[in-house]
Amino acid sequence: MITAERKPLEEIIASVKPFQRILLVGCNECVTVCAAGGRKEVGLLASALQMHFMTEGKTIDIKEITLERQCDPEYVEELNVHMDQADAVLSMACGCGVQEIARRYREKPVFPAVNTKFMGASERQGVWAERCQGCGDCLLGLTGGICPIARCSKRLLNGPCGGSTTGKCEISPEVDCVWQLIWDRLKALGMQDRYEDITPAKNWQTGRGGGPRKIIREDLAE
Amino acid sequence: MKTESRLEKVLASGNLAVTSECGPPRGALPDKVREKAEMLRGYVDAVNVTDNQTAMVRMSSFAACVIIKQMGLDPILQMVTRDRNRLAMQADILGAYAHGIDTMLCLSGDHPYFGDHPQAMNVHDIDSIQFVQMVHQMREEGKFMGGGDILNPPKMFIGAAANPFADPFELRVARLAKKAKAGTDFVQTQCIYNLDKFELWMKGVRDRGLHEKVHILAGITPMKTAGMARYMKNKVPGMDVPDEVVDRMAGVPKEKMAEEGIKICVESIQRLKEVKGVSGFHIMAIEWEQKVPEIVEKAGLYPRPENL
Amino acid sequence: MEQFEPVVVAFCCHYCAYTAADMAGSKRLAYPANVNIVRVPCSGKVDAIHLMKAFEKGADGVYVAGCLEGDCHFKNGNTQVARRVAYVKRLLDEIGIGGKRLEMFYMSAGMGERFARIATEMTEKIRDLGPNPVKSALNKKKGKAVA
Repeated sequence: MITAERKPLEEIIASVKPFQRILLVGCNECVTVCAAGGRKEVGLLASALQMHFMTEGKTIDIKEITLERQCDPEYVEELNVHMDQADAVLSMACGCGVQEIARRYREKPVFPAVNTKFMGASERQGVWAERCQGCGDCLLGLTGGICPIARCSKRLLNGPCGGSTTGKCEISPEVDCVWQLIWDRLKALGMQDRYEDITPAKNWQTGRGGGPRKIIREDLAE
Repeated sequence: MKTESRLEKVLASGNLAVTSECGPPRGALPDKVREKAEMLRGYVDAVNVTDNQTAMVRMSSFAACVIIKQMGLDPILQMVTRDRNRLAMQADILGAYAHGIDTMLCLSGDHPYFGDHPQAMNVHDIDSIQFVQMVHQMREEGKFMGGGDILNPPKMFIGAAANPFADPFELRVARLAKKAKAGTDFVQTQCIYNLDKFELWMKGVRDRGLHEKVHILAGITPMKTAGMARYMKNKVPGMDVPDEVVDRMAGVPKEKMAEEGIKICVESIQRLKEVKGVSGFHIMAIEWEQKVPEIVEKAGLYPRPENL
Repeated sequence: MEQFEPVVVAFCCHYCAYTAADMAGSKRLAYPANVNIVRVPCSGKVDAIHLMKAFEKGADGVYVAGCLEGDCHFKNGNTQVARRVAYVKRLLDEIGIGGKRLEMFYMSAGMGERFARIATEMTEKIRDLGPNPVKSALNKKKGKAVA
């Protein structure tokens, strides 16, 4: 999923301060799962903002709504009926959702309430970790199903570097050395021989290096 | 001979090679480079010039190499994949070679996290092994990484780093094999304090005949104080400093510590000279370059071979 | 100016703190009438939004009272809500209400004295902190509505 974290309240407050009527929009997908911008977080943020402005002697109108998916035009359409009563939109979706609202409602200011972080997985309750950088040319088949691009601090395709210590990365004891994980997995799979095959330099054209990307499915596209 | 590199000639002659390093200054101070390099004249075969070491901005390795070359010494251009993509790296290799720099060391580099610009985007377009492959291809096939022909291809003598002490230990020989396969001519190792472990690694290296494919220069760093020994033991990732070494440093009075550090270093060289497959020494006297001549002499590595 | 009488909301677990409140009553232990008890089936049932809404509606102080550690009837509702309380405290700091107005307490069903003492101490602490800053805005709003 795409993970996100709420921005500091101070920043959110500063962005909506000039407006009276705020449409606060959550998303039922990834940001709900990572507890950053679902219905619950929308409720909490609305309450927090309301209280903050009350302490300044001001009351604002906050309309809370959580869409099924903020990155799909058909769901964003549901905002039509509320847009007239809003001076600004505060989005708790990932950057994709914020941009979809900006695209659909050109004359309405939209502000992000979360920082979109990474594509990751839940390691345990309340902990999410980066797993994929969307390089566009998956090599997990070569590395035992563990990605060195997303999970090696130096993005080494032929690791580990000389800083790997007792299974941890040199940058922090909190970070696993992904090459230790890959090696352990290759051993478990009986694929140690693969280690000495040199993985050639990556063609980053399929990733962000090739400029903004798009997928067009001829059979589905209208 | 694959190149014009003086280091290659020394190694080919069967002599134990000696290299040392010079960290460029944090400022546009050419005299500082000259001053450091001058101390090494006559005592080493080549001088490594670090590339933004520990991810701190310094004068570029390329520029400092040119200054050293102009002094009639032999610089080794260090380059890290952290700061440059493949275009910039190849461009700098052409530039360096055009200035007569014919030996280089291909590294991935310390993470920006450790340096003075932790905000920087780390490039890591390619890794150190792919880097070696690239320089090797430039030399042997006369082609850029992208496949285009190079006019007057740079013939670099290619070095890489090896750390026998990092984990997992069982991969450390295999990793050297990978670097050899990629086209590495020589490696300089991490500072060696745990000689037993190094010898164990060397046995693995010899068992696979890797010492015949790659020249191995053993890394040596003299300790100045017991504090430095403790710091290296506890704080530097991938460093293996046994308690005996720390205790030995701590066991002498403060004013004798530097002397003891040099002694440990010379003893290490003496022992490692006997290890089959060790082709020389890389003496990294961090901000203590003036001690290199003394170490070289005491270790019986002086004078350096001439007229090769 | 009349003396400030704080409104304190106490979310009390049915299995411990709520029974402890009963116990305090039957032992005739006095505790301030400022404390408004909300009975919940488990302290873990109290969500962050309940805590926020209590303040938004004008509570000057709020606390959650759950079972002693390891004694939750539903295994770990009390430790879960404790983390939620810590989170909301930070949020209250961020918006200028003050995290000190919110606390987490643990007790068993038999601790009538502890219940009464906490109710008293919390009320006094909130009295010292003064009214919830949103209150003046709320009063103004009400006044306007009346006018």
